[in-house]
Amino acid sequence: MAAKLLIGFPSKGRLKDAAADLFARSSLALLKKGHERRYRGAISGLDDVEVVYASAAEIVDQLKSGRIHLGVTGEDLIRETIGDVDGAVEFLAPLGFGRADVVVAVPDCWIDVVRMADLEDVAAQFAAVHGRRLRVATKYMNLTRRFFASHGVAGYRIVESAGATEATPAAGTAELIVDITTTGTTLRANHLKVLEDGLILRSQAQLFASRAAAWGRDAQRLRAAIAEKLLSSS
Amino acid sequence: MAAESAKEFEALEAQAATLLDTFRSAGYERVAPAILQPADVFLDRIGEQIRSRTYVFTDLAGDELCLRPDLTVPVSRLYLERHPDGRDEARYCYNGPAFRFQPEADNRTRPREFRQAGIECFGDNDRESADVEIVLLAVEAVRRAGLKQLALRFGDIAMFYALLDALSLPERWRLKLRHYFWRPPAFHDLLSRLARGERPNGDGPALALAGALSGETQDRAEERVAAYLEESGLPLAGNRTLGEIAARLLDQSADLGAGALRKEVAVVIDSYLAISGPPEKAIERVAKLGKEAGIDLSAPLSTFARRLARLEESGVDLARATFATEFGRNLEYYSGLVFQIESPGFNDAIAGGGRYDGLLADLGAPREVPAIGSAIHTERLLAAVRGKS
Repeated sequence: MAAKLLIGFPSKGRLKDAAADLFARSSLALLKKGHERRYRGAISGLDDVEVVYASAAEIVDQLKSGRIHLGVTGEDLIRETIGDVDGAVEFLAPLGFGRADVVVAVPDCWIDVVRMADLEDVAAQFAAVHGRRLRVATKYMNLTRRFFASHGVAGYRIVESAGATEATPAAGTAELIVDITTTGTTLRANHLKVLEDGLILRSQAQLFASRAAAWGRDAQRLRAAIAEKLLSSS
Repeated sequence: MAAESAKEFEALEAQAATLLDTFRSAGYERVAPAILQPADVFLDRIGEQIRSRTYVFTDLAGDELCLRPDLTVPVSRLYLERHPDGRDEARYCYNGPAFRFQPEADNRTRPREFRQAGIECFGDNDRESADVEIVLLAVEAVRRAGLKQLALRFGDIAMFYALLDALSLPERWRLKLRHYFWRPPAFHDLLSRLARGERPNGDGPALALAGALSGETQDRAEERVAAYLEESGLPLAGNRTLGEIAARLLDQSADLGAGALRKEVAVVIDSYLAISGPPEKAIERVAKLGKEAGIDLSAPLSTFARRLARLEESGVDLARATFATEFGRNLEYYSGLVFQIESPGFNDAIAGGGRYDGLLADLGAPREVPAIGSAIHTERLLAAVRGKS
């Protein structure tokens, strides 16, 4: 039996539903293999492809290590988790769903703060008054560090936040946040505003190829076929 | 993988015994602060740059801890546990592991787990003598450990602050420049922005409010900001106070009405930060710069000259020494003399140190506690003594 091409696919939630819709529209209908709860599947018409259901974060790990050839996941997770993105994966196709912006947001009562450049000034003032650094709540530690460094902001520290990041400024456990937003409703409801130049990344779901996976001739052919179908209908 | 701490165990132990013996003979009490430290303390002081190299984790109780990346903060905390009011003089020495992530972990002189030996001197109000004492003791220790060739590099944060104090510029810019000193590229940008006379950008309602606050007192500005927030439906939330927001708007308001930073002032600052060379020559250049700019830097200059003279009297060879005005801009808690011991042909510094008078108050001391210390990278010292770079 020839080696199969493995494609990582979101196992739950909105990302899974949107991805399944797109694949169906692209003549790549997903077939259930055996019991509903199993974590393997197939694609109609492509016998040599095996679908591996996993969480979006797990798909990133598997792409990085090369245990799967292709994977559908969010660009935000790829850029956050992998140090050398271009050395680890290839961007094959933007898929048009799972859109989310990773942004820097501050309390909207900070009327004196409009741009990233204001943050270092506020950090200086905050350190003088409170004797400590500004705290940035986020689950995107690496994206935050890189972005803040590129704007010359250094007077801060990160507090890791697993959930409800947008509530941390009001709760007093952080002064500002880096988080994803789609419509901005949640941010507004929590009295936060996005800085004018605070857009870190416009993310969406993408089809990625692992550079670490074993790419035989068949796998390459299948990859081209899948990417082409997705690109023509996304 | 062999445990990193086991590499060269005997040689490092023997070297540490020599170092500690030197320190103890000089009246420094040996201490062993905790290896596990609350992460907060470090992250609030040193920030993300060091955090990305610190092993931080959450334990089962949910406490955020770190493996100490350095021993100065742990020893300072230990001093405060023993002397909470910060009044007493104390001299401590230590030798123990510290931990920093290294992208190239197999590098012999930059291991992830390394041993730091060092000294800290707290509460000595004769700062000049304490400065000299620490440099001398660090030099003596590495010499007794076998380092034959060494060169000293000096910097002086207090001299830069004295320069800013002597120059004619608004207090809000002085404070800003002090803060940005620690971020060299941003400092340079700020200086050119001020010299070009750039105004706060944008034309939002906040800037209009800032314009309207021109000439107001802090109290009155707070009232107006509070009214503005109320009208706009923006509740005051989080840890930043109304006073802080109003104060920044007042600064912006003052900037709107101010001219550019005088070009000569910007040039003096830039020229100062470019000075580097043999200490006596460098000091002369600073003095000359001050004279041309018509400012008085005699106090920090004579302090520095006296320290140099005392070091030389005590037999420290300054022929290969350097004074660089830029040196020491990487560790934010330094406040005065900074120095490092280098070994010719060896890239990384063998030892470093400096004065950090503000740190203990930041850590909870009720007053400023004079403090200076020095730490030796023992793996590097061993490699340098053996003549391997």
